Amino acid sequence: MTSTSVIDKTAQGGDQEPENFLTCASGVKSWLGTLDHKRIGIMYLICITFAFTAAGLMALVIRSELFFPGEQLVSPSTYNQLFTLHGAMMVFLFIIPGIPAALGNFVIPMMLGAKDVAFPKLNLTSWYLWVTGAIFFVCALGFGGLDTGWTLYPPYSTTTSSAVVLSVLGAFILGFSSIATGINFVVTIQKMRPEGMGWFQMPLSLWAFYATAVIQVLATPVLGITLLMLIAERTLDVGFFSPSMGGDPVLFQHFFWFYSHPAVYIMILPAMGVISELITTFSHKRPFSYSFIAYSSIAIAIFGFLVWGHHMFTTQSPVANMIFSLLTFSVSIPSAVKVFNWLTTMYKGSISLATPMMHALSFLLLFTIGGLTGLFLGTLATDIPLHDTYFVVAHFHYVMMGGTFVAFLGALYYWWPKMFGRMYNEFWGRIAAVGVFIGFNLTFFPQFIAGSQGMPRRYFDYLPQFTVYHQWSTVGAFVLGGSILIAALNLLSSLRNGAKAPANPWGSPGLEWVAASPPSHYNFDEDVPGRDPYDMELVEWGGSPEVGYVPSAKAKAAFEEHRKKIAAQSRGAH
Amino acid sequence: MGLLNIPSLPSMSALQPQDIWMPEQASTFAENVDWLFYGILYICIFFFVLVTALTVYFVVKYRRKSPMQETGGPTHNWFLEITWCAIPLAIVGWMWFEGFRGFMEMRSSPKGADALRVIVNAQKWSWDFTYPNGAMTQDLHVPANHKVVLSLNSLDVLHSFYVNTFRTKMDVVPGRINEIWFEPTMAGEFTLQCAEYCGDEHSRMRSKVIVHEDKAAFDTWLESYDPYKGLEPIAAGKLVFESKGCTQCHNVTGTNQIGPTLKGVIGREREFADGTKMVTDANYVRESVLDSKAKVVKGFDPVMPNYKGRISDKEIGFLIEYLTEVSKN
Repeated sequence: MTSTSVIDKTAQGGDQEPENFLTCASGVKSWLGTLDHKRIGIMYLICITFAFTAAGLMALVIRSELFFPGEQLVSPSTYNQLFTLHGAMMVFLFIIPGIPAALGNFVIPMMLGAKDVAFPKLNLTSWYLWVTGAIFFVCALGFGGLDTGWTLYPPYSTTTSSAVVLSVLGAFILGFSSIATGINFVVTIQKMRPEGMGWFQMPLSLWAFYATAVIQVLATPVLGITLLMLIAERTLDVGFFSPSMGGDPVLFQHFFWFYSHPAVYIMILPAMGVISELITTFSHKRPFSYSFIAYSSIAIAIFGFLVWGHHMFTTQSPVANMIFSLLTFSVSIPSAVKVFNWLTTMYKGSISLATPMMHALSFLLLFTIGGLTGLFLGTLATDIPLHDTYFVVAHFHYVMMGGTFVAFLGALYYWWPKMFGRMYNEFWGRIAAVGVFIGFNLTFFPQFIAGSQGMPRRYFDYLPQFTVYHQWSTVGAFVLGGSILIAALNLLSSLRNGAKAPANPWGSPGLEWVAASPPSHYNFDEDVPGRDPYDMELVEWGGSPEVGYVPSAKAKAAFEEHRKKIAAQSRGAH
Repeated sequence: MGLLNIPSLPSMSALQPQDIWMPEQASTFAENVDWLFYGILYICIFFFVLVTALTVYFVVKYRRKSPMQETGGPTHNWFLEITWCAIPLAIVGWMWFEGFRGFMEMRSSPKGADALRVIVNAQKWSWDFTYPNGAMTQDLHVPANHKVVLSLNSLDVLHSFYVNTFRTKMDVVPGRINEIWFEPTMAGEFTLQCAEYCGDEHSRMRSKVIVHEDKAAFDTWLESYDPYKGLEPIAAGKLVFESKGCTQCHNVTGTNQIGPTLKGVIGREREFADGTKMVTDANYVRESVLDSKAKVVKGFDPVMPNYKGRISDKEIGFLIEYLTEVSKN
């Protein structure tokens, strides 16, 4: 047998550096015009990191301003622009594309043993749309900024003199980027599964990516229409929302949340997907109740469409509230099912506390707090005092940052060796993970208390009684920021100084780990048969971290059989 | 205020849940809301401790000691799956029902004539309250142990009426009237805040709710309420200026804020957004108060609300005396 086959080469460890997707072509053009899903994923990764850094620095200015009541650093109008752009950029430029477009782009085709996504040109287009949308956001900053809150509620947003139209056009374009990615992933997962991989043999993260992509395709157009209506109202005086022109401001809230609540699941579902991978890999064990975890992703996507009205509990009719409260609770069940299944997966596992797993455990605790505190907000009577307070701010940061961002970091550490062929520093990785966990809790836990004591959100100034909570929160934000910086430096310095990564450092049987680290331009050098992504008997310990895990005899036999089959087929064809 | 006001240890040991979570209970809703809040809180603590304890236990007990350590355990268990769907389902069912019941009480305005009705006008960035006898205040006055119905109006953008000690909140939406009711249970002063983002001074759009001992004390206050009684016109004008929300955007010190400074407003030439110029005088002030968009000073946004119907001629008279006084030097 030739030695070009992936399965044998990865077992050797490789002496000379084979050509990979990073080295196969060079120059700016080879990146900006690439159709390689891996390169597009990395371009996304770089761009969203810039967006995250900018929006994160805004958060630090916000927290510094709030260290004492009264004006400290910035004026009220600057403050309002900061929290608006922090929210809008984190949501549209970072969290939504974060896990799917950056990491998903890289790993989804590889998990399927495929060369690329279904529509590589559409994939590149979606990246250009992201860049265009981001440019609109930056331009909006120069033309008066945006001070409406990321929720853009009229009539404030239709009467303010800030650059609403420009920002809204940016969000509109970003919406198309999101739809393009969604369509690509739906088709890729639906049509490009390898022979032998049915729906229930897919890695669990593919269920989550699939559910996410379906929401992106179905919900985002509603956002697009809503934003166009807002633009029409501002530029052409069409009175959809302003009562002075016969419109209804609450109508906007329904339209907006009809997208933006499902969007919350666009943000959290991919995180849940990667957590399923991390916990199984680092417990070196089959997930407990695969089918329940898989179906719960679908259930969350479906229920997620039916709960938007809980954002209007302090506005709409009691009957609507009763129904939306009930539907809101329905989402809690599949979320709880996931948490219990992840926990049980660890039972009798072989648990490694490598950096990605530290993030998965961190996610587990933070997401649990985020999910449980949602119960106070889904319950009508307790939501009324808590609505629009710091309690809500803390709740969604626990889900979006403690959940999605921590999962993103964990996933980044997990797939980093695959992406760049280098191992990061384990010690600093764990330090940063603990720092993020502590800093995060220090930042956001006091906000639950401040909220229940009556601290409303989006406040530039506050009553002195809330000072202590704000000060803890500000200190926490800097611990959090510092820890993220350590994580970033660790990953970046690994590109230069990191040890060479083996093909499979973690021991996952997933197909992406069959390819070399970093993978070649076409990912695999031969046709790859589908296999059970959680059959730990397919891998065995290679004896040292430099070799990592290697294919077991069982895996090699399966490959051999597949090769014979293909050879027989091609003979038959002749 | 000190850096990091950490409660000292002795006071922490005496802390009650209400010192950390929900504040004092000042309306009839509060007891029920808090009962439900703490019920959910204890359920959450139970599940969080369960998840954390199992996580820590598993991580310690099944910590990887060698790379190819044996693993075990079931991969599926119908009993467990059904149990951990059914128990949370029952618990959230209870939360939903109790939450809805408590909410319906908050949103069922009392029928019958004895409730005190107050009209609330919210605008960027102040509240005003109109009582049955036509009196207007900037703080909300209500009697203790008496039902109060508020009719909420917004004159510009979205606001939200939020009194946490009453555990109540309702959005104030332009173009529709939202009603809420409550019954205060103790006399005192409570904070009213705006909870829906409304622009630059959103965080300072707050007032007080002053709860009088009983209905009789409230009635006595209301009958004798005349904020300008015994004041010279200039002093009365200063009170108008400070109590009608003008100070949110204007001052008399000579520096421009969101609105132009009013020092010198009487007798100075100004340029307007449409390019015209005129010397502003008492009639200009009167027009701007009643119809704020008629002449907007160049360089400022037309964000000032109209005061037509919410300020009396007498008050405009006082205001002009005051502004004339501050424009002198």
